[in-house]
This record gives sequence, structure tokens and C-alpha cells, in this order.
Amino acid sequence: MTTMTFGRAINTGLRKAMENDPRVVIIGEDIGALGGVFRITDELQKDFGAHRVIDAPLAESAILGTAVGMAYRGYRPVCEIQFDGFIYPAFDQIVSQVAKLHYRTRGRVRMPLTIRVPFGGGIGAAEHHSESPEAYFTHTSGLRVVAVSNPQDACTVIQQAIASDDPVLYFEPKRRYHTKGDVDENALEDALPMDRARVEVPGTDVTLVTYGALVQTAREAARAAEDDGVSVEVIDLRSLSPLDYSTVEASVRKTGRLVVTHEAARTGGLGAEIAASLTERCFYYLEHAPVRITGMDIPYPPAKMERHHLPDLDRILDGVDRVLGRPNSLTGLED
Amino acid sequence: MSLPGTDPTGPLNDESYIQLLAPDGTRITSAEFDPWLEDIDGDRLAGLYEDMVVVRRLDQEATALQRQGELALWPPLLGQEAAQIGSGRALRKDDFVFSSYRENGVAYCRGVDLTDMIRVWRGNRPSGWDPYEINMATPQVIIGAQTLHATGYAMAAKFDGDDAVAVAYFGDGATSQGDVNEAMVFAASFQAPVLFFCQNNQWAISEPVGLQAQGKLSDRAPGFGIPSYRVDGNDVLACLAVTRKALDHARIGGGPSFIEAVTYRMGPHTTADDPTRYRDANELEDWKRRDPIDRLAALLSAEGLLDEALRQRVQQAADDAAAEMRAGCINMAEPGDLELFENVYTAPHPVLARQRQHYERYLDSFEAAEWGH
Repeated sequence: MTTMTFGRAINTGLRKAMENDPRVVIIGEDIGALGGVFRITDELQKDFGAHRVIDAPLAESAILGTAVGMAYRGYRPVCEIQFDGFIYPAFDQIVSQVAKLHYRTRGRVRMPLTIRVPFGGGIGAAEHHSESPEAYFTHTSGLRVVAVSNPQDACTVIQQAIASDDPVLYFEPKRRYHTKGDVDENALEDALPMDRARVEVPGTDVTLVTYGALVQTAREAARAAEDDGVSVEVIDLRSLSPLDYSTVEASVRKTGRLVVTHEAARTGGLGAEIAASLTERCFYYLEHAPVRITGMDIPYPPAKMERHHLPDLDRILDGVDRVLGRPNSLTGLED
Repeated sequence: MSLPGTDPTGPLNDESYIQLLAPDGTRITSAEFDPWLEDIDGDRLAGLYEDMVVVRRLDQEATALQRQGELALWPPLLGQEAAQIGSGRALRKDDFVFSSYRENGVAYCRGVDLTDMIRVWRGNRPSGWDPYEINMATPQVIIGAQTLHATGYAMAAKFDGDDAVAVAYFGDGATSQGDVNEAMVFAASFQAPVLFFCQNNQWAISEPVGLQAQGKLSDRAPGFGIPSYRVDGNDVLACLAVTRKALDHARIGGGPSFIEAVTYRMGPHTTADDPTRYRDANELEDWKRRDPIDRLAALLSAEGLLDEALRQRVQQAADDAAAEMRAGCINMAEPGDLELFENVYTAPHPVLARQRQHYERYLDSFEAAEWGH
């Protein structure tokens, strides 16, 4: 076990993947001498060379499109998208090419790409630097989508993502990059598979489902609720596509109450998918309609307004009160 | 004010291009390009003629199959035989092609199975052929996207120290796409062994090339630091020679090249298109005088090579190929009910597996209902 930051844990995972497989290359903007704007690829170009850690011209579609061509030739490219809001120029290559080529070639061409995306807000950033675009990709068949929440997962899941023969979107909660944790660098073999959720905090009264940066917030909410005599079970989804419904379903059958929280806007978001699917799967176990605590249906707001947009401990607890039928902010409101 | 691209004296209508075979079949000598044709003897000239006649025949057959309801759609290559056969025959087996949907003549050169050529157009399969069997990616429908794939493939070939070249085929319309311009930036920056082969067939569905560009397409590449050639795309010898030269340049570490093959889409964009709505019939008549097959036939005749035996042999090869394609089309096995779920992922995916299971039960419920009564 080594104590390291979240960012260093990703770096460590990348390094191990590159050591284990010469076909792993990284391509992105400013990832070479600078080590990336968040220093996630720190020192990798120095140690592996400019042909394996490739500083790309500023063109996201081309970063993805050339990675597709490299994958045709047997490489396993890791693409770094510098910020969440910069992924859209690459959207066509991801959705039309990366996601579909295995299907379109009847399994002959594999696209073992990993697309790293620092995502989410809470760092007071400029516009286009705080977005949560994950639902665009969970809506796209052929992609796998993961979001990591702690240094240990950051280190192991990046290696699992690179080893996957399917393309993986790997979402990194940038506001947790400096969070420290114990990391077993050699935990890969016994690690939980990439597509499984984890019960982060066991509980009996309410199931609270989230991922990425909000896992930490959810843990804090569970602690606060406990002081209030409410037992909240926190589930870190880890995989956003496929969703690990069996883990969530087992929890909801036990608690009868579901709260989903994410930073992304509500409409058409993952919370809607999870609420609908759990309602289909265990309707008769539910004591209350599932509740979503999410970002607002707005463009990401300026830094000084983001505290109103992002779910925080109190908003999550308000949702917990709602599924418990306790007095809450919406009490008395006619629908 | 005239419409974009309709100025007959503009640079787009400039006929200054590399030409080794004039429309009347006259062979034009070139100190620069003739060395690339030293092996093209009478037999090989006849071979190029046969290739062009066969792909035109296949193209006509596929159009007929669409008209008869056997194919959902077909994108004809009529008029572009020289550009596709000339460049396609210049390639080495281990080169890798990333094309659009119209390069069936190139696919023919790569040795594609004729049934595989039309699978995707019959709607039976998401794609036609195995890319690794003929070193050619399956047709790209998203305009220009494949130019990036070719560039990435070329970068990887260079990592491997391999002298294979990646070739991107695209049209004049694609040159407006960001992907094509980004591909040229990356190809130049990484000196990737990639050849950008642009068939300027004058039309992107209904839009004339003048709407895409106010200057020659071949003039764009030098701005990216990429050597460029403008070639008569209806001249199979010029296309062959220039492609060979550009491939060699890439193989010996010279990096990317760009070729604009000036040609003409004699047919519709696809079988769903109606060119009479947007272009003048005289234009087609004008281009028929520059037909790529007629001019090679004229050269062969002038050299006394196009005798009745050759004509018959070529016609027989074309008819046989068309019959093989038709039989492959008509006899193609229908896809199974649950085949649509296959190959979405390489590894198990529980959510999709459940959806498939539910749909299977739904289908089975019809059978159960029939037995129940």
C-alpha cells in the first residue's frame, strides 16, 4: 500500500499498463513535456518516448480518429480529452466510429480505446470546463462508460479499461484529483470487475446511488443521516454503462427507497434511467417514488453560481427526507 | 450573380493536370511520370482495360439489382473507373485502404468477394467484407471520417517501422469537412505515410465543387506542407503513375501526399438521386467525350492490341462477374431474428443480454400462442 493522490493513482495505472503492453500508446494535448494540464501523464513521455506518449495538435476529432486508425493496426490507444467540455468536437468519431466499428465489421475490427475525460464541476473553472457529458455516451451502444471515485479504483480501473477490448469512456472527477488514499498498485488481479457497482456504505433505510465526485458527498450525507437515526446505503455505481442493476436492485429490495444523485442535468440523465429501471424491476418493494437530486437543466453556470447547481450534502439529505416521507423542501407543494 | 462554382473560366475548370493519355487515346510522354509505367506492356494495358470494363459492368448490374428491388441502395461509380483502377492497381497488398462508399472499383482491385461487395447495400449485414482479408476498411458513410483513420493507421505503421502506406479515398465534398483538414494537419506533423486520394467528381449530391472550394482542391494540400498532384482522373495511366510515385514517396519516409483526380460522376449520387433536377444534360455529354474506358480502348486499337479476341474475353469476364454478383445477391441468406444483437460488444453485457432475452421471449410468445389454439 502506498498513499497517493487520485491524480498520481491514474498516472501509476497508466504507467503499469504501458509497461505491460507495448501496444498501449497515449495521445492528447499537452500530455508530453507538461504532463497534461492536470499532470496525470507526468513523466510518462520522458520514460516511454514521444512515439508512445504523443502530444497531439489541437484537434479532438483527430485525436479520436487517428486512434481509430491505430486500433485498426492492433494498438490500444488511450486518448486524453483535456476537459469534459472539449469532447464534443470528437463526438462524431466516438459515436459513429469508435462505438460502432466492432458491430459494423461483425466483430472483425476491435476498438480497444480508452478515452479519459476529466469531468464535473466544483473547481471554480471557466466556461466549458465543468461539464458532465456522461449520458451522451451511456446512450450510445457499443461504448462502456466508467466513473471512478477514489484513488484505488482510479489506479485499477484505468488498467481494466485499457485491457478491455471494447472502447471505454473513463470519467475522472477533476475536483478529487488531490484527494489522497491508500493504493495497492498490484491489486489488479483480485480487483472488482470494471462493470460492477460497489456498496460503499451499508445501510437499511434508503439507497443512495451516485458516482464520481459525489460519492464522497454521499458518504458525508450518510454520516449526517446516521446522526439523525437514518441508515443510508451508499452505492458507488463505478460503471455507468452497463449499469450494475443487480447490486442496486438488491439494495432497493432491502430499503424500499431510492435516491439518485449526479451533477449532470436531470432531463434525460442517468438518474431517469436508473429510476425507471428500478421501478420496473422492483415496483412492489418501493415505499416511495425514486427521487433524483441533480444539476439543474441549464448550461453549466458561472463559477459563483455553481454551488446552486451542484448537488451538495443538504440537497441530498432533502432527497432522503422526501423518500422517507419526512418534512422536506417540497412538503405542501401541489404537483 | 452566378452561382458558386459555375464560372466556366474559374480555376476549378482549369484543365492543367497531369495527363499521359489524351481523350482521343494519344499517348503523351512525360519525363517525370513515364518511368513509373515502364512495366506497363501490352498485356498490362489490356489488364487495365479489362478491370475498367468489369467494374463498369458490375456497377451497372448493381444499379439494375437496385431497380429490381434486390438492393436497397447503390452508389454508382460510373465515370470514375480510371481514377479507381489506376490508383487501386498501384497499391501493394499490405497497404491499407480507407475509402468512402463509392470506391467499389478499388475494392475490386483489392480482391473483394463480389457478394461481399453488395451485402451492406442489400441490408443483410452492417458491413460487406472482412477488412483484414483485403486490407481495406469497409465503406465509410460519414463524409471524410476515414481520412483520420488512414492517418492514424499510417502513424502506427511508422511506429512499427513498416513501409506499408495507408490510402484515404474521399470526394470533393469531403474536402469541406473538418476531419479531412485535421487529417492533413496530423499527417504533416507526424510525417505519416498516408496518401490522400481525392476524386473530384464535380458533384456532392447536388452541390457543385465550386460550393466547396473557390480554388483548386489540389492547391490546399501545400498549405498543410503536403506535396500535391492534380491529375486527369479519367486517364488510367496518369492515375497509376502518379499514385505509384506518391506511394513510393511515403514508403521511403517522405510522408504524406495529396492527389486530386479530376473526374466526373456520370451517374446519380446514389440510386435514390435525380441529377436532372440540378445539372445540365450538356455537361454529361461533354464528359462522355472524355470517357475513361473509350480512351484506353483507343490507345489499344492504335497499338493493334484491341482485337476481337480481347474484346470477347473482356466482355465475357464482365458478364461472368455480373452473373456471379447477381447470384450472390439473390441467394444471400437472410439474417436470423436475433442477429441484430450480435457484436455490439466483445464481452458479456448484462443489460443488453437481458434485452435480448426479453425480445426472444416476445418472439417465442407468438409460437406459443399458435400452439395454444
